[in-house]
Amino acid sequence: MIRVSGVKKAFGEKAVLHGIDAEFNSGQVNFIIGRSGSGKSVLTKCIVGLLEVDAGLIQYGDTDFSELDLKGREKVRRQIGMLFQGGALFDSMTVLENVMFPLRMFSDMTEEERLERAMECLRRVELEGAEDRFPAEVSGGMQKRVALARAIVGKPQYLFCDEPNSGLDPQTAIVIDNLIKDLTHEYGTTTVVISHDMNSVIEIGDSIHFLHEGEVAWHGDRMDILDSGVKSLDGFVYASDLMKDIRKQLRKK
Amino acid sequence: MGILFHIGRFFSFLAAALRRPQKGRVFAQATLVELEAIGVQSVGIVALLSVFMGAVIAIQTAHQVGGWVPAYTIGFTVRQTMILEFAPTIIPVILSGKVGSNIASQIGTMQVTEQIDALEVMGVRSISFLVLPKLLAALLIFPFLVVIAMVLGMGAGAFICDFAELSSFADYEYGLQVDFSPFDVTYALIKTCVFALIITSVSAYHGYYTSGGAREVGRSSTKAVVYSVVIVMVANLVITQLLLT
Ligand SMILES: Nc1ncnc2c1ncn2[C@@H]1O[C@H](COP(=O)(O)OP(=O)(O)O)[C@@H](O)[C@H]1O
Ligand SMILES: [Mg+2]
Repeated sequence: MIRVSGVKKAFGEKAVLHGIDAEFNSGQVNFIIGRSGSGKSVLTKCIVGLLEVDAGLIQYGDTDFSELDLKGREKVRRQIGMLFQGGALFDSMTVLENVMFPLRMFSDMTEEERLERAMECLRRVELEGAEDRFPAEVSGGMQKRVALARAIVGKPQYLFCDEPNSGLDPQTAIVIDNLIKDLTHEYGTTTVVISHDMNSVIEIGDSIHFLHEGEVAWHGDRMDILDSGVKSLDGFVYASDLMKDIRKQLRKK
Repeated sequence: MGILFHIGRFFSFLAAALRRPQKGRVFAQATLVELEAIGVQSVGIVALLSVFMGAVIAIQTAHQVGGWVPAYTIGFTVRQTMILEFAPTIIPVILSGKVGSNIASQIGTMQVTEQIDALEVMGVRSISFLVLPKLLAALLIFPFLVVIAMVLGMGAGAFICDFAELSSFADYEYGLQVDFSPFDVTYALIKTCVFALIITSVSAYHGYYTSGGAREVGRSSTKAVVYSVVIVMVANLVITQLLLT
């Protein structure tokens, strides 16, 4: 479980997060949704410590992450897998080397075991056959999937995915969504997914936080999100008329 | 931002770079890769420049020979110029254009595409991970390149003396040996090592603190070369004053 309390972050004059409180449960897919520029990525980077918070507390289980020194943080971080919005693959390494990298750095596995584990992850993101190519030689969607494979290769206890299916075709997006859901439930991972894709939210969101103007404007589960009564959230959810139809159908049932 | 800010940040960057590698094998492999990138790929340009430089210095000196300037001055001048200044200073300056800009743009690109964030999130100490192999590789390979430059420069001088009939080989050889002080080579190699450290660390620093996009990566790479060269020149003056007077 991850708990965020009163987190504030500003860049110079520009306040991005005004005091965020949130809880992300283990064994659940926790969504952070919100419009572009609402601070989703900044919040995630604060949670993993890539950005220092101006105020507030971040706890992993019982560990007070924000209070830890570098060594302590490194320990927590080895249990974190993160998929960056842009993939952030190491461009000097092949696809396979990218996925094996965390194991090379931090596991005691033999080379054979590492290879086996990395290939297993590549299969789960449907990328077998691409292992010898370099990131620059594969499409953006494939890079995202490699990045996901790299994020999960160490069986992390905490998984962060920043827009995992932006840039993916709808079919692959569903594969990735389901993979994230399955891994989370299989291993009891605390998963945090950033997205503005309502499809994913409705499909796999166990708990949802809606970020608006630097605050959590709403949180709940996917059953309630269609009837939140929060104006800013309705604007986000019903940006496309399709969602209204979906609501009608759900109501009939 | 003020110069004091940069100096402070540079030294804490350097301290972070010198931390013990987290995984010995990965570090060793990375160092081998850097030896190839920094060293092997620079041999060609170093050889080419030294050959031409040695030959040109020989011709220029031959131009002065006559009257009270004896013929062996050619060998002497080529030797002194190559050992004292051309090989240990000019070669690193040229390498800063090649190696320095390469390091800055590589690390800068990693920064702006969040590859460095990805390392940090995994628990990898990114500065040491990226910079230490480069520092070590440069420290090992620069002296080697500089010695190649010295030898080739003096060889090229001999060749041009013979080829253009500037002086006899015996005169040239005598000039190479006359008044030779081995400490000159020590001084040259000390300089080289210091310059190797300056060029890699300053370039890596500029790359690491890049923010923005491709345009900023280009700017960092330019800054890396300019600052490296300026700092190398200042260090050259200081070291020379300390060691040769
Ligand atoms: N390093 C930074 N320096 C200054 N401003 C930043 C930085 N990172 C993000 N911001 C600003 O913070 C706001 C939120 O960004 P972000 O979290 O990336 O949005 P999103 O919700 O789309 O992920 C944006 O207005 C962005 O310009
Ligand atoms: Mg974002």
